[in-house]
Amino acid sequence: MSNIQPFTIEQFYKFLAQNKLMAGKCKKCGKIHLPPRPLCDKCFSEQFKWLEISGKGRLLTYTLIHIAPVQFQSQAPYAVGIIQLQNGLKLPGMIKDLTQEQLKIGIELKIAFAQCETVQTWPRWPRYWFQPK
Amino acid sequence: MKGKPLVSMVSAGISKFGKNEGLYARELFAEAVKEAFNRCPRLDPKSDIKAMFVGHMGEAYEHQGHTGATTADWSGLLNIPATRTEAACASSGVALRSGIYAVLSGLADVVLVGGVEKMTHRSTAEVTEYLAMASDYPFEQYHGITFPGLYALMARAHMKQYGTNETQLALVATKNHYHGTLNPVAHMQKEISVETVLNSRPVASPLKLYDCSLITDGASCLILTKPELASKFTDAPVNIIGTGQASDTIGLYERASLTSLLAAKLAAKNAYDMSSIKSDKVNIAEVHDCFTIAEIIAYEDLGFCSAGEGGKLVESGETRLDGSIPINTSGGLKAKGHPVGATGTAQAYELYLQLTGQADKRQVKNARIGLSHNVGGSGATATVHIFRSDN
Repeated sequence: MSNIQPFTIEQFYKFLAQNKLMAGKCKKCGKIHLPPRPLCDKCFSEQFKWLEISGKGRLLTYTLIHIAPVQFQSQAPYAVGIIQLQNGLKLPGMIKDLTQEQLKIGIELKIAFAQCETVQTWPRWPRYWFQPK
Repeated sequence: MKGKPLVSMVSAGISKFGKNEGLYARELFAEAVKEAFNRCPRLDPKSDIKAMFVGHMGEAYEHQGHTGATTADWSGLLNIPATRTEAACASSGVALRSGIYAVLSGLADVVLVGGVEKMTHRSTAEVTEYLAMASDYPFEQYHGITFPGLYALMARAHMKQYGTNETQLALVATKNHYHGTLNPVAHMQKEISVETVLNSRPVASPLKLYDCSLITDGASCLILTKPELASKFTDAPVNIIGTGQASDTIGLYERASLTSLLAAKLAAKNAYDMSSIKSDKVNIAEVHDCFTIAEIIAYEDLGFCSAGEGGKLVESGETRLDGSIPINTSGGLKAKGHPVGATGTAQAYELYLQLTGQADKRQVKNARIGLSHNVGGSGATATVHIFRSDN
């Protein structure tokens, strides 16, 4: 057991650095948590196993952000959305490489990964986003 | 318990909402407190008030936390237990709820509840960043999803699922701006047209500048007591007969529905059940219109119409001042303004005026039952309160 990585958000992002989208599956009730969490919110179990999730999904809803926080101002306007993945899981993120006309509810997207930008002090997490399949 | 007053509101106060240059949050709060004291000459604040709860969202604005003690001091109420409540934009809805807990517990017979936020001295980018702190950091903020962005995601889903359109969203804004012209403390006191809303610059599509509530400075407060003590302070109390509060996932993406706020529905159910009031008996409501789509979703979550019919309800005109269920007669967050920590108790302030017949040009005739709906973040917290005038 001791060599299993903790079911934390930090670990989720460590897996992302390896281009893996990983969820925690409760060994007791079977609920899949994305992001992973250390306590199952359904049955209170603390026993999980890692499950790799396909980064392919369908766009549920989206918006173009025009007024951005300080850190993202240089990228605005940019698209963000919520993506429906397998197993009923959902994940929000930026959507890149699409024109405004191509951006529609229901389009198929896949995840992409990038290493963390060194300028950032905290958190030192890699980034993911979604792009056309 | 059903339909019985939980607590009585014996006074209320508010500061001017708007750009209050040169005023610190605690000074704005003192302005609201002064009005509440003035309205209630039979109250001896120093000996009567036993505790206070103050909603305040962000210490980033003024580099100032510890708002409970700070506002107690500036209100002349030093040494009483003073607690800050924080639940993003529902911070003072939660302060109100906490005040009810305190009175009902018997630990404090008279409490002051309120809220404050000083925002306008910061740039829009800074405010955008601070407000986003109400959302999930690792999966929303970290990926550039703003607070208007979250409501834009709900708006787009609502439009797709129910055919709600941008003109209907705009009608929420024009209605609340009209109401704002009748409220002397409102931040924005001008009417706007549907075209103005539709042609305003995009913030997070489909939401545009005039779909968004205002960045505002302001404070509000209420004085609550046990119903049996109310007559000591006033001849015209407003009774709170139902309270509900609920929570939901911090991340919008984790929720089953993107077109409804479960926390608001649960809070409403609790408040309705407690008060034995059904939604069709509510005469007037202040709802959390942080964005125009939020008011449409509120209509549905509170049972003023069925799911998906919110756009049509605003179109019908029934939620205007002269309609069958006037909503946001204060101007709402949209025109009165949204100093986030102050909003929940500012909604109760409007209902206090309406239910005691003091709302002047915007007075709703025969208003007896009022409801307030205060939402934190993208819906991870919601409070609903039901008020009744028994005079």
